[in-house]
Amino acid sequence: MAQATAASEKESRASRRFEKIQAIVEQYGAAESALIPILQKVQEEYRYLPEEILTFVATALNLPPATVYGVATFYAQFSLEPKGKYIVRVCDGTACHVRKNQTLISTVKEWLGLKEGQSTTEDMRYTLEIVSCIGACALAPAVVINGKVHGQMTPEKVTKALEELEAAEKAEDK
Amino acid sequence: MTPVTKLSSPQELAEVKQKTLSALETGCTRVLVCGGTGCMANGAPAVMEALQKALDERNVPVRVDLVDDSKEGTVRLGYSGCPGFCQVGPIVRILPSDYFYIKVTPEDAAEIVEKTVQKGEVVDRLLFTDNDGKTYAKRNELPFYRDQVNVVLADSGIIEPGDIRDYIAKDGYKAIAEALFGMTSEAVIAEVTQSGLRGRGGGGFPTGVKWGFTQRVQSPKKYVVCNADEGDPGAFMDESIMEGNPHALLEGMVIAGYAIGADEGYIYVRAEYPLAITRLRTAIAQAEAANLLGDNILGSPFSFHIHIKEGAGAFVCGEETALISSIEGKRGMPRPKPPFPANSGLWGKPTVVNNVETFANVPKIILNGAEWFRSFGVEKSTGTKVFALTGAVVNTGLIEVPMGTTLGDVVFKIGGGIRTGKGFKAVQIGGPSGGCLTTEHIDLPLDYDSLKAAGAMVGSGGLVVMDEDTCMVEVARYFMQFTQKESCGKCVLCREGTKQMLALLEKIVGGEGTLEDIELLEELAVAVRDGSLCGLGKTAPNPVLSTLKYFRDEYLAHVVDKKCPAGECKAFKGYRIIEEKCKGCSLCARKCPVGAISGEPKQPYTIDQETCIKCGVCFDVCRFGAVEK
Amino acid sequence: MDKKSEGYVIVDGVKTPINGHKNLLEVIRASGVDLPTFCYHSELSVYGACRMCIAEIEGRGVQPTCSTPPEDGMVVRTNTEAAMRIRRMSLELMLANHHGNCQTCDKNTHCRLQELAERLGVKKVRFEEPEADVVPVDESNQSIVRDPNKCILCGDCVRMCKEIQGIGVLDFAGRGSNARVTSAFGKGLNQVECVYCGQCAAVCPTGALTVKSVLDQVWKAIHDKNKTVVVQIAPAVRAAIAQEYGIPSGEQAMGKIVTALRRIGFDYVYDTSFTADLTTVEEATEFLGRVAEGKNLPQFTSCCPAWVKFAEQFYPDYLENLSTCKSPQQMFGSLVKKYHAEKLGVPREDIYVVSVMPCTAKKFEAKRPEFSVNNDPDVNAVLSSQELIRMIGQSGIKLADLPLDSMDLPFGFKTGAGVIFGASGGVAEAVLRMAATTEGSHGHTPEFHEVRGLDGLKEASITLDGKEIKLAVVSGLANARNVLDKIKAGEVHYDIVEIMACRGGCIGGGGQPLPNDMEAREERKNMIYDCDAVQSLHNAADNPFVKELYATLLEKPNSHIAHELLHTHYYPRKRIDGQPVELSPAKPEEKIPVQVCVGTNCYLRGSYDTLKKLIEAAKQAGVADKLDFKATFCFEKCVSSPNVQVDGKIYGSVTPDKAEEFFKETIKPVIESQEKVEA
Repeated sequence: MAQATAASEKESRASRRFEKIQAIVEQYGAAESALIPILQKVQEEYRYLPEEILTFVATALNLPPATVYGVATFYAQFSLEPKGKYIVRVCDGTACHVRKNQTLISTVKEWLGLKEGQSTTEDMRYTLEIVSCIGACALAPAVVINGKVHGQMTPEKVTKALEELEAAEKAEDK
Repeated sequence: MTPVTKLSSPQELAEVKQKTLSALETGCTRVLVCGGTGCMANGAPAVMEALQKALDERNVPVRVDLVDDSKEGTVRLGYSGCPGFCQVGPIVRILPSDYFYIKVTPEDAAEIVEKTVQKGEVVDRLLFTDNDGKTYAKRNELPFYRDQVNVVLADSGIIEPGDIRDYIAKDGYKAIAEALFGMTSEAVIAEVTQSGLRGRGGGGFPTGVKWGFTQRVQSPKKYVVCNADEGDPGAFMDESIMEGNPHALLEGMVIAGYAIGADEGYIYVRAEYPLAITRLRTAIAQAEAANLLGDNILGSPFSFHIHIKEGAGAFVCGEETALISSIEGKRGMPRPKPPFPANSGLWGKPTVVNNVETFANVPKIILNGAEWFRSFGVEKSTGTKVFALTGAVVNTGLIEVPMGTTLGDVVFKIGGGIRTGKGFKAVQIGGPSGGCLTTEHIDLPLDYDSLKAAGAMVGSGGLVVMDEDTCMVEVARYFMQFTQKESCGKCVLCREGTKQMLALLEKIVGGEGTLEDIELLEELAVAVRDGSLCGLGKTAPNPVLSTLKYFRDEYLAHVVDKKCPAGECKAFKGYRIIEEKCKGCSLCARKCPVGAISGEPKQPYTIDQETCIKCGVCFDVCRFGAVEK
Repeated sequence: MDKKSEGYVIVDGVKTPINGHKNLLEVIRASGVDLPTFCYHSELSVYGACRMCIAEIEGRGVQPTCSTPPEDGMVVRTNTEAAMRIRRMSLELMLANHHGNCQTCDKNTHCRLQELAERLGVKKVRFEEPEADVVPVDESNQSIVRDPNKCILCGDCVRMCKEIQGIGVLDFAGRGSNARVTSAFGKGLNQVECVYCGQCAAVCPTGALTVKSVLDQVWKAIHDKNKTVVVQIAPAVRAAIAQEYGIPSGEQAMGKIVTALRRIGFDYVYDTSFTADLTTVEEATEFLGRVAEGKNLPQFTSCCPAWVKFAEQFYPDYLENLSTCKSPQQMFGSLVKKYHAEKLGVPREDIYVVSVMPCTAKKFEAKRPEFSVNNDPDVNAVLSSQELIRMIGQSGIKLADLPLDSMDLPFGFKTGAGVIFGASGGVAEAVLRMAATTEGSHGHTPEFHEVRGLDGLKEASITLDGKEIKLAVVSGLANARNVLDKIKAGEVHYDIVEIMACRGGCIGGGGQPLPNDMEAREERKNMIYDCDAVQSLHNAADNPFVKELYATLLEKPNSHIAHELLHTHYYPRKRIDGQPVELSPAKPEEKIPVQVCVGTNCYLRGSYDTLKKLIEAAKQAGVADKLDFKATFCFEKCVSSPNVQVDGKIYGSVTPDKAEEFFKETIKPVIESQEKVEA
């Protein structure tokens, strides 16, 4: 029974999400100039840009799908691959770079168990992103975990922050 | 908060100002917690909460409204914009006494309320202390601020960006009133031209001249676009202005719109600045409610609307034609100029594109006049410039100095010299488009033309200070990796050229470089600089060319002697634990991010060279000097 | 602006009049300096990416000349040290990122990159070899091969497809060194809205986009003793061949081609112009019938397979307006495999029909299932003009030196009307000639110069039975889109519209030899009308062998048998292959699939709301868990949109207001019957 409820919840989430996409299109208007904000909202909804949704957006905006694909692959913010539930962004701005953010990157990779070329953990829980300057240069090196900026980071501090997040996630699972 | 509602004349605006000022003057203590990105990340919200609680517990009446002049002894608690000294955040500032508290924690709140708010006393332990142990109570006494001249940042850190009244009290929107009701558009352009204001986004093109071009093009529709796509790694002045004083930007844009005959404006903000976007949205809503934005501003025939467009992560969108493409919903690829945006910009209409800091200067110029503005700076670079001072200096943060201030003054007076106690080596100015300045440039005035002559550029104003431990070839590689990734991929020279320059630099820092590689790198850099389509490509080789110019020896050392003089490049170094010195404290092993160090407590540890990523953490943390490279 | 088109520019010391040229590059070229370019095409927008056309302008430094408007008094130097250095460096960089082996490349000796490397003397690439991250070559379709490894990202194909053809199959993706030209999601061209016009390949400077070759199959058929190999030559081919071999006229070129093809071993050599004449007769008759009935007007021509596919994808509402006539190529195939096979007493499978076409889309057309009988295609292989040239090369025949020969009969005899099919306006003029001649002009065939030429839109009108007939001639699919949208909006009115996908018509087809620019097309067009002039007859209806064909086989135009052999149907076609949007992800196998199309046509008619209402109705009825909802893209039944598929069966016209009723009357019974089965 519990399974059935979970299934129907999943189901209504899928159709709710799709309903939202149409609402987003209506909110921004079906014009080419609305494409980027629409994709941003779609990504908020799905955590990435699924191909079939991009095709739907192209249809709704009357744009060639190749154009939509071109825009989606141009901007760093967009991902055509599913991302993890939590995003860990290590800033690679100049100030962070000269203050040795490399050790933070290796620490996070190690902690998440990411292999070379891998950015999302297999359980789809975490994604590591190395991002350009987030404008917190005076706090270098900076890491953004789950939307929160952490400044003057060290390998210990970043590990601690990740452990806290993991603990909270486990509590939520229960 | 009582919103300012539909103002229908300059008089009504003046009345709001008067009312706010008099309310603030009636015995109100202001407690301003810095609400910039840095301090917010450093715990400002918790400090705010603690202050609120401490005030409540002591029954100190807190004013929520800037028109409230009911009681003496009240407190107005709020978030200010960024005062610039992010390194010592969270910052709490008390007005009118102007006490400047640093690194404030929630535990300090009670003491601040009891001592400073209720008794007017200073809490010494929260003051800035210099290396000699001297403390400074007031903002303007701090060495960091003492030599700054604040025009654009003057109100940041004093006003609450979330309340339009605070801006109006500081003569905000008065420049609009003066322009709309007392100046022709030509007069506005003449004043801006006279002031000598040049684009603060990097190019340094005279703003008034640009406006003049756009104004002269006949078109029923024109646009004003604000470039807030501050992508330079290491620069965050525009972010700070938008967060700390968003109305100044809006006012500047409205004036630009009036000057060129546009009725619509776009602010293109990078999505990495969520706080700035929130503050701007609030500011736009408040300005619209107050009739300072929208149809028939202040009852005049002039209308102007502003929209926000969020970027989606592309450095190249800082280039104006790419930015325009991006607003139109396309890939942010620059196109050749001509036609210039002044003739054919957003949706093919005449468009003025200026950056945040440029617009933020405009209201001050209209209010105080061109001559006043020219009194700052030097002949061809007037006014002030905001720089983001970061890297190996003691004091990091945002600073504002008159154009033409020397590099030495910035690094040593304001920046307080090198943090690490090592020697000053270079400053990288202008981000990935900029170049390096060295000890020989200590007396170089920081202005558009002197910097250009030295092979660098003002750029957006990132100043990254480097000490002797920084390898300049690696710096060039870092920036090239950045531009290579950020190139839009349109023109051959930039797309392929940055890729090949990066490959050559990687070869050199990787210990595989040859003298021919250095020659080829230089030849390629010159071709990319001269032949690329847009500013990104044209300036991408600057870090290479300027390091080759000033630090050629370092390049040669990498390829001939197979050494990295700064000891930074991994290919040339290896870390080893000196057995005799190692106490077996295990600190290095615990800090090593890859678990390459092992050993028994109290016994000498060893580093597994296979696993080691040569990050240098062990070297940095060892208290016994037992790690050598 | 006008002032800018007057005056002089000093190009390398030579005073050169601006003469209305729109950019400095054209002024420089007019001065006698062939400044090289990859990304400049006069008919496309200025892109400014290849950096080859740079020159030093006094006072402005090194500038790209393609994007610089000329100004009176400008002083330009094209070969300064800086300009040459940049040009050579750009080329060296392109070569460093170019994976390809020149000798085996399809574009060998026709490649701009190769040519310029030679011209500029780039003899060494000093940069590291690119890593071996070779991308798969797209050979998914019959017409075009796309090899991204040879792409230099000049964007010519992107702009051609978007600006001239109005489709946008290809675009840039990624950025920086990951930037690439690709179809949507990197799909094969057969899975996206490509109409195979080949105009991308016509502008591609390298071997990244080439015409797919079936030469080997044709040689195999020739070498097969059991096959009777019949070849037809399309009108536009003769002009291109004449141009390629320096033969003064298309008519002479045709004569030499006939000789060459016989020597190569083709059994019968025929002219597609013959079936073009037949098409004219059928199509004119069809048109007059529609005018009389006032039905399905305007009538659109259907000779161009790229246009037909375009219409099927983007204008399904107008498919009834397309002439049902097969194209001349397919009429030929159909007739040969029936009439000719019977005459020769050879089973149709043993007749191998080859066409030589200026076109890449014809390769696709020949493979359409409706043009096969028992899996035997009416046309077995389609060669492009480019392949014909290669075939002649392979055979060692020196075409220019060959004597002339004439075609086999009956399908080798044509009137001038059939020949002009090769140029934009030709089909329209052929129909007009026939229609006007039946008015009683006694042998004199009128000409209609207003529909000739390379302009994208030409208009004409004639009076027929006292009724004014308005006609439009369109080339370039972006122009077609424009005209169709105007027709749809009621802004313009036409009775008959000729549409050719390629600018200038078939003479500019994607299979024509390179260069295939507007200059080459202009020359080919003139040759086509010269060919018309030297024919003895100019009205398709006068073709004696066409008359004979009606007398012996086809009875009369638009007869039952003519319909069977010479006419066809069109189907709405989806634009992109892909997965539907899953709305009920849990255990779909136990559920009844309900798919609502959200492709363009259905979407525009409110299918999204239909979907929403159906889901809502299912929830209301408490049966949501029994249905597997999906939003899908195109069932290719656009005329009855919005379409909903329930348990494999498609239902049309399920507009949002009918959704509830549809749920009750169609979906619910399906659920109930399933329950019964389970019970």
